[in-house]
Amino acid sequence: MSVDQTTVKRIARLARIAVNDNEVEHLQGELNAILAFIDQLSEVNVDGVEAMTSVMPMVMKKRQDIVNDGNDAERVLKNAPVREDGYFVVPKVVE
Amino acid sequence: MTTINLTALTLADARDGLKARTFSSTELTKAFLANMEKARGLNTYVLETPEHALKMAAASDERLAKGAAGPMEGLPLGIKDLFCTNGVRTTACSKILGNFVPTYESTVTSQLWRDGAVMLGKLNNDEFAMGSSNETSAFGTPINPWRAKGDNKHLVAGGSSGGSAAAVAADLCLAATATDTGGSIRQPAAFTGTVGIKPTYGRVSRWGTVAFASSLDQAGPIAKTVRDSAIMLQSMSGHDAKDTTSVDLPVPDFEAAIRRGVKDLKIGIPREYRLDGMPAEIAQLWEQGMKWLKEAGATMVDISLPHTKYALPAYYIVAPAEASSNLARYDGVRYGLREPGKDIAALYENTRAAGFGKEVKRRIMIGTYVLSAGYYDAYYVRAQKVRTLIKYDFERAYADGIDAILTPATPSAAFGIGAMSVASPIEMYLNDVFTVTVNMAGLPGIAVPAGVDAKGLPLGLQLIGRPFDEETLFAVGQVIEDAAGSFHPAKWW
Repeated sequence: MSVDQTTVKRIARLARIAVNDNEVEHLQGELNAILAFIDQLSEVNVDGVEAMTSVMPMVMKKRQDIVNDGNDAERVLKNAPVREDGYFVVPKVVE
Repeated sequence: MTTINLTALTLADARDGLKARTFSSTELTKAFLANMEKARGLNTYVLETPEHALKMAAASDERLAKGAAGPMEGLPLGIKDLFCTNGVRTTACSKILGNFVPTYESTVTSQLWRDGAVMLGKLNNDEFAMGSSNETSAFGTPINPWRAKGDNKHLVAGGSSGGSAAAVAADLCLAATATDTGGSIRQPAAFTGTVGIKPTYGRVSRWGTVAFASSLDQAGPIAKTVRDSAIMLQSMSGHDAKDTTSVDLPVPDFEAAIRRGVKDLKIGIPREYRLDGMPAEIAQLWEQGMKWLKEAGATMVDISLPHTKYALPAYYIVAPAEASSNLARYDGVRYGLREPGKDIAALYENTRAAGFGKEVKRRIMIGTYVLSAGYYDAYYVRAQKVRTLIKYDFERAYADGIDAILTPATPSAAFGIGAMSVASPIEMYLNDVFTVTVNMAGLPGIAVPAGVDAKGLPLGLQLIGRPFDEETLFAVGQVIEDAAGSFHPAKWW
C-alpha cells in the first residue's frame, strides 16, 4: 500500500502535527518507503494465529478503587507553560 | 592519597575499594567529574549534576563509615535522559519537553539511589529513544570514544543509548542506565566495547521512564563487564505496583550466576541470522564465539527461527503505533514547549510541529496511519499476529532444550557520523536486525564485546535467553568475556 499527498495531509492532521505544503512530497516518499518495507508482512500466513496482547503471560493486576494520591495541584501545574488560578490555560474552546 | 586510576576501575572493584575504605566516594566522584569536564567534546552528558553528585557521595561516605552501605553505595553512575529524576531536568533529548523538571523519581533510579548509588548527570540519547545512532537527539550526537586505526573521523556510539555507551567506554561513569525498545542497549554496547543487557519484559519497572513503545520498552544497564552489568541489573529489577506489567517474581542473585560456567549447556545457533552479505568479520566473530563456548563445555545446536525476517517490518508497525499513542500527551498544555495557535487544534499542531524532530514525526505519522480506520486490521492486527509467530519460534527452540541462543549483536561495527544521512530510513532500521526479535518476543538479551574488526573497532556477540533467565546470560556472557578479554579505546579526547 502507498499513500498519496492528500492522505499524508490527513495523517498529519490526525496526528496533530502541522505540515507545510513544501514538506508533503518528501514525507510522502519517506512514508511510502517504510510502508513498502512493512508490506513484507502480507506474505506471512497468519490464519488461526492469535494477535499478541501481552508478551509475557500475566494476570491483569487490580487494585482497590480508592483515592491514594492527589490534592496536589501545585505539583501537577509546576511545568505548565501557561497557568492561571490553579488551572492550565488553553485558547477558548467553547463559544 | 591513592595512586589508583579511579575512573578506570570496574564497578565491582570500585565497590570493593569503597567498602575497604581504600578511597572515598567523594574522591571517586570528583575523579569522574574531572573526567567529564575534559570530555565535554564527546557530548555524552546533556546535563552534568556535580553538586547533586557530591552531596550524594558525602552521604554515601557517611553510610560507609557507619557500616550501613547499600549494594551500590557510593558508586557514580550516568543516567539516560529518558528516566525522570526528581528536581533534575529530564528531556528525552526532545525540544518538546523543553525544560521539564519532574516532581517525581522513576522507579529504576529511585532503586539505584535506595541502594546508595551517586548520580553524575543525564546522558544523551536519540529523541524519545527513536534511532540507532543517537543522531536524532536535540542536543546533537555523542561521539564514540573509539576511532578506526589511523583515522580521525568521528564515529557514532550507536543508539538510542549512545550517550550511555560512550560515557561508560570513555570512563565518564562506572556504569549507566539505558533503555531498549528494539536494540537500544545492545547495539550501542556492541559499538563501544561495553556490556549491555536488556532484561525480560516485566523484570524492570517502566514507571517514570519516558514511554516510547510500552509493550517493547525495557530498561537495563550498560557497564564495563558482565559482572558490573549483573550488579547493576540487580538493583534496577523487581516488582513495582506502579507498573501493571512489572512481574511479581523474586529477583535472583545475578552476580552469583556469572561463575556457573556453560558445561553441558545447549547453545542454539539460528540459521536465519546468517544474512546474505554478512561481513566476513561478523561471521568470523560468531564462529569464534561458538568455539569459545564449545571449549568451555557447551554444545552448539543448529536451530531455526523461521519468522526472523519479519521481526523488523512487524516492529515498524507495532513500535510507531504505540509511539503515536504515547506521544499524544505532548500537547503544549501541561508541560514542555508551547507554540501559540489561533485555536486549540492549531496550538497542538504548531507545538508538535516545532517540538518533535524529523524521525519522531515520521514514526508518529506511520503509527497514526497503521492505526487509522480501515487499516488497523491489515497492519496492526497482522503485525501482532506475526509477533505471536516470532515468539512461538523461540518457544519451540527452548522447548527442545536450548538454554540460550548465540548471534552477532550488530551487522557491522560503528559507522561515521552523518554516514546514513542520505540513506533511506530503512537502512538505519536494519542496524537492529539481530536485536529486534528479542523485544518482539519479550526475551532477555545481552551484548558482550568479543573482538575488533580490521579497523580496530569493537564488535559484540548477543546471547538471547529464556524468559526470566538472565542468570544463564550472565554465565555464558562471562565465558565469552573471559575468552575475549576487555576492550578500551585509546584516549584522544
